[in-house]
Amino acid sequence: MSDTQQKASENVVVSKVGVAAGYVDDRLASANFTKRLLDKVFPDHWSFMLGEIALYSFIILLLSGTYLTLWFNPSMTEVIYNGSYLPLKGVKMSEAYSSALNISFDVRGGMLMRQIHHWAALFFVAAVTVHLLRVFFTGAFRKPRELNWLIGTGLLTLAILEGFAGYSLPDDLLSGTGLRIAQGIMQAIPVVGTYVAMFVFGGEFPGTDFIPRLYSVHILLIPGILLGLITVHLIMVFYQKHTQFAGPGRTESNVVGYRLYPVYMAKAGGFFFIVFGVTSLIAGLVTINPIWLYGPYTPSQITAGSQPDWYIGWLDGAVRLTPNIEWNILSHTISWNLLIPALIIPGIMFTLLGVYPWIEAWITGDKREHHILDRPRNAPTRTALGVMALSFYLILWIAGGNDIMATAFNLSINTVIWTLRIALFAVPPLAFVLTKRICLGLQRRDKEKLLHGYETGRVLRLPHGEFIEIHEPVSFEERAVLLSKVDVPVMEITSGEDEHGVRNPKGRKAKIQAKLSGWFYTDNVSAPSEQELAEADEHFAHQLGAHERTAIDSH
Amino acid sequence: MNEIELGSTDPVGARDGKDLVSGVPVLPLPAHTPRRADIDPVAAKRAERQVALMFASSIALLIAFTVAYIKVPNTSLVSIPVIGTVGTNHVLLGLTLGLALFLIGTGAIHWAKKLMPDVEVTQERHSLSSSAAERAEVVEIFNRGAAESGFGEHKLIRRTLLGALALLPIPLVVLLRDLGPMPNTRLRNTIWKKDVHLVTDATYQKIKASDIPIGGLINAVPENLLEIEESEGNLNQRGKASIILVRMDPAEILGQQGENWDYEGILAFSKICTHVGCPISLYQQRTHHLLCPCHQSTFDLANKGNVIFGPAARRMPQLAITVDAEGYLVARGDFKEPVGPSFWERG
Ligand code: HEM
Ligand code: FES
Repeated sequence: MSDTQQKASENVVVSKVGVAAGYVDDRLASANFTKRLLDKVFPDHWSFMLGEIALYSFIILLLSGTYLTLWFNPSMTEVIYNGSYLPLKGVKMSEAYSSALNISFDVRGGMLMRQIHHWAALFFVAAVTVHLLRVFFTGAFRKPRELNWLIGTGLLTLAILEGFAGYSLPDDLLSGTGLRIAQGIMQAIPVVGTYVAMFVFGGEFPGTDFIPRLYSVHILLIPGILLGLITVHLIMVFYQKHTQFAGPGRTESNVVGYRLYPVYMAKAGGFFFIVFGVTSLIAGLVTINPIWLYGPYTPSQITAGSQPDWYIGWLDGAVRLTPNIEWNILSHTISWNLLIPALIIPGIMFTLLGVYPWIEAWITGDKREHHILDRPRNAPTRTALGVMALSFYLILWIAGGNDIMATAFNLSINTVIWTLRIALFAVPPLAFVLTKRICLGLQRRDKEKLLHGYETGRVLRLPHGEFIEIHEPVSFEERAVLLSKVDVPVMEITSGEDEHGVRNPKGRKAKIQAKLSGWFYTDNVSAPSEQELAEADEHFAHQLGAHERTAIDSH
Repeated sequence: MNEIELGSTDPVGARDGKDLVSGVPVLPLPAHTPRRADIDPVAAKRAERQVALMFASSIALLIAFTVAYIKVPNTSLVSIPVIGTVGTNHVLLGLTLGLALFLIGTGAIHWAKKLMPDVEVTQERHSLSSSAAERAEVVEIFNRGAAESGFGEHKLIRRTLLGALALLPIPLVVLLRDLGPMPNTRLRNTIWKKDVHLVTDATYQKIKASDIPIGGLINAVPENLLEIEESEGNLNQRGKASIILVRMDPAEILGQQGENWDYEGILAFSKICTHVGCPISLYQQRTHHLLCPCHQSTFDLANKGNVIFGPAARRMPQLAITVDAEGYLVARGDFKEPVGPSFWERG
């Protein structure tokens, strides 16, 4: 193509886009918005892809789930199975189970879609959880992003519920067992529990109403709310602009990265296909939830050693660890053995999770906006609290497999349960102390590196015979990161009495707050002063000189 | 290092090498170093070919997907090491679709990384809060509206409106009434009655006492279950009436829930765990322990079905049994306490 020809064809493309854009703009005045949208800069970091994985898994769930609805029949009416899976031919089962078998064995590609759907659900909750951890440990939830954190907590809750609902639909022996447990827990709610269970199940367990009801919850209600909340979540990220890690050229008042169009779009769009592709590959190769092996649900049968999907494990573990306390007061029953693990503990955990940004802001008295992310080590108390919570969660999760552990390590269930009960209270505080120490150690090392460089491992003999190890200054990028550590002043402790010696309640609150703030910050290693930095620079320059001299000497 | 002198080129939001907000030192953005594809047309051409190859492979795989869909029967199986025996059609669809999608993804990212600009762009953040004047204006508008509507003055209007709104949830709750029946005594009764035969689960055979050996275990249901299941169209009764029968040496029975509720060492217990209702399946005949696979509650059948371990708080209800004239096992009545998980009114 000649130059002029190419120019001409480019012009045609441009003007076509121009005409289309003009048409829309005449009706919506969209040019300004589109311009800002396409030009928007997004910072790059691998950990920012975690939220993306969650988003893409959600889209995969919508696509594969819609496909499944074309054949799935959410009915508990009994039928005799007559499909191509021979071992179950002639067996009585619900239409739900029979249609799930049909999708697996008689619809071409149906098995693949079922597997993609299930794997995507596992990845979805996993990505949401790890995304939450990255937001937590980097302090991305601080002002002005607290509201998005709250929405995120809602998303996590809904994601878990949605997964459980989906798991329960096919009416196989495993999913029915999960529902039986859920129903038993509903029944344990004081005062209204019996009614709740009766109304939700349309009578006694299992009844014939529940799966059709659950179906509309699973394919309409929860996904609808999720979709709405995810939209708001992303609009907020967009509107408030993404946070960024410290580095050269990064400040609290700017964003450094690539434009949405074309680079970020190509990368993010490409990444969507990678997530979808990997999910499909795994779905094609690794079987998950082989419902045909479990058989149809009946309330008088069970398979031993059955496990729920991973994100329910911690609840199951909590139920297993709680001692069998039940009260009987005036011929009414309070089942603490279920209320504590299934309602009270999750209630406390999710409430603390949701309000954490406000708790921390209150403790630290920090009212400023934050757009540069914390390195976890530079917020040791927060990091330690996070690891503490995480260890609590993990022990509950492990407890969900206590029978598997007992068999695997040839221990009695009793030993395993008591070990885990003790660990549940002993490990989190230990994790707190240990994490905080590690963080402070890392802070000290950072300061050391900034002032004395890093050890190169090269040893040098000075002219007078002394051996020294050469320290090199850290790289430019690393220096920018190390220098970004903010020294936070601990709040002044104001006395709890006013000048006339009268105790004032506000002062008392301030005192508690100041104490907590001290607890949050005091151990931090202070950032090097300007003078220290200048001396360090001079030292390096000097060492460089000595280094060169010795090099000459040894010739 | 320090090729670029501190403070020489302050990025947006910094002055004299210091962040204007946090005060920490900020180093300037280093000059962009061009990639090979930026300066070497051969490298650029190679990158272009690599991207196109990925997209082209994806096209081929999508065609292969369609061929596999049409040609490979849904019933054929293939055995793959490590993975095991799986449907051929399923694996081929998964592999071709997965790889096709994956290659579109890697192609796009390779394109972005090698050929699209990689110069980092700096954009300014704008304050997220409005000016004091704007805020004041909003408050003013709000107050004006409130004054115009007279919401504050017309107490009667305000109170009746709030009252009506407060009651609005009533229809929402009332409308849910028909979701299910009232509990009544549903959770207290099962279909066991005097003289109802115990039959084996699944095959519905009457059970002769003399056929059960010591140490034996049988899953059983009431004889009338099938009929009731058919007329009710659900599995509700099965969820309450299922039992297990065990036989032990009468000398080993330490206690029962009622005087002589066994028949010559044959004991009948509910199969539904008193914790949250899993059907119990694991019985250790040496210890007479019954273990629930859901959360490992353990019950001692030789001693009144008491809980000896685990999160269940209540013993396993026992069913009193005897035999009919021909020696077949029958119930002597319903359970004397509710079976299955606890509930508020249970007492
Ligand atoms: C359905 C689940 C979720 C989806 C699809 C989702 C998606 C995303 C995406 C794509 C981003 C931008 C990229 C990133 O920073 O990773 C983001 C940012 C964010 N998310 Fe989520 N997220 C979900 C759940 C959560 C949860 C559970 C939390 C915390 C409780 C949370 C809190 C945040 C916050 C505070 C930001 C802003 C981060 C920043 O600007 O640095 N999100 N989310
Ligand atoms: S249901 Fe039996 S132990 Fe929980």
